[in-house]
Amino acid sequence: MTGIAWTDVAVGDELPGQTFPIERVDLIRYAGASGDFNVIHWNERVATSVGLPDVIAHGMLTMALAIRVVTDWVGDPGALVEYGVRFTRPVVVPDDGHGATLAVSAKVTAKNDDGTVVVALTASSEGSTVLGRATATVRLA
Amino acid sequence: MALNPEFVGRVYPSTAPYRVGREKVREFANAIGDQNPAFHDVDAARALGHVDLVAPPTFAIIVSMKASEAVLFDPELGLDYTRVVHGEQRFSYTRPIVAGDDLVVTTTIESIRTMAGNDLITTRGDIVTAEGEPVVTTHSLLVSRAPDEATS
Repeated sequence: MTGIAWTDVAVGDELPGQTFPIERVDLIRYAGASGDFNVIHWNERVATSVGLPDVIAHGMLTMALAIRVVTDWVGDPGALVEYGVRFTRPVVVPDDGHGATLAVSAKVTAKNDDGTVVVALTASSEGSTVLGRATATVRLA
Repeated sequence: MALNPEFVGRVYPSTAPYRVGREKVREFANAIGDQNPAFHDVDAARALGHVDLVAPPTFAIIVSMKASEAVLFDPELGLDYTRVVHGEQRFSYTRPIVAGDDLVVTTTIESIRTMAGNDLITTRGDIVTAEGEPVVTTHSLLVSRAPDEATS
């Protein structure tokens, strides 16, 4: 089971936030591992030709990074019951030597009688929110 | 171009089983920079009560996307894939995916609508083991953006 006890958690509790650097090489690695080779995630020429400011990160990579704040908190990633997000703005990853930074914070918004809690996630890059309605339900000990 | 509304409610038959391999789980975890021991160390995963390495929560997208591509690329649906962006994604877990699972997916087209010239399509992927045990259900909203002249 998990290390965090349901009884020790209160609505309003903040989880430890994290920041994740995202560089072009991370998009290449994610494309290879996931099989998502959509050109807008690695080719600036094509990305700008379809109206994007630059190459953008896979939404699913952003989603994978954001949930770390929850799974690192509980320890057991298998404790996750539900996880959903809206992709509201792209994470733009310029080829400028440092790329983008994703900042993620999270707060407990509800405690359910079945031993789970609901966590609301906030994810932003370069000052803009990139995920909407990002919530996770996780089972605690 | 508007999508063919006759596709709503269509259910696509289960895919051939996808075998979840330990090295694929580790590769995916490395690609998202996640060193949680449950993704890398079999003993650590077992100590948490899992039968083998746990796949990261979003690993389910690999399995469901493989299944839904055939649907989304169906020319009769009329989806222009070059204009598609991911709008929403949700996972409901009965249990985590673990290495050794043989997973099959049934894809259902739940809704098709048009908003401000954009085509929105919602698909559900029911991921179960080859024996029929439910594992994860995925909900995906894909948005096919309107041509530029329609949005300006």
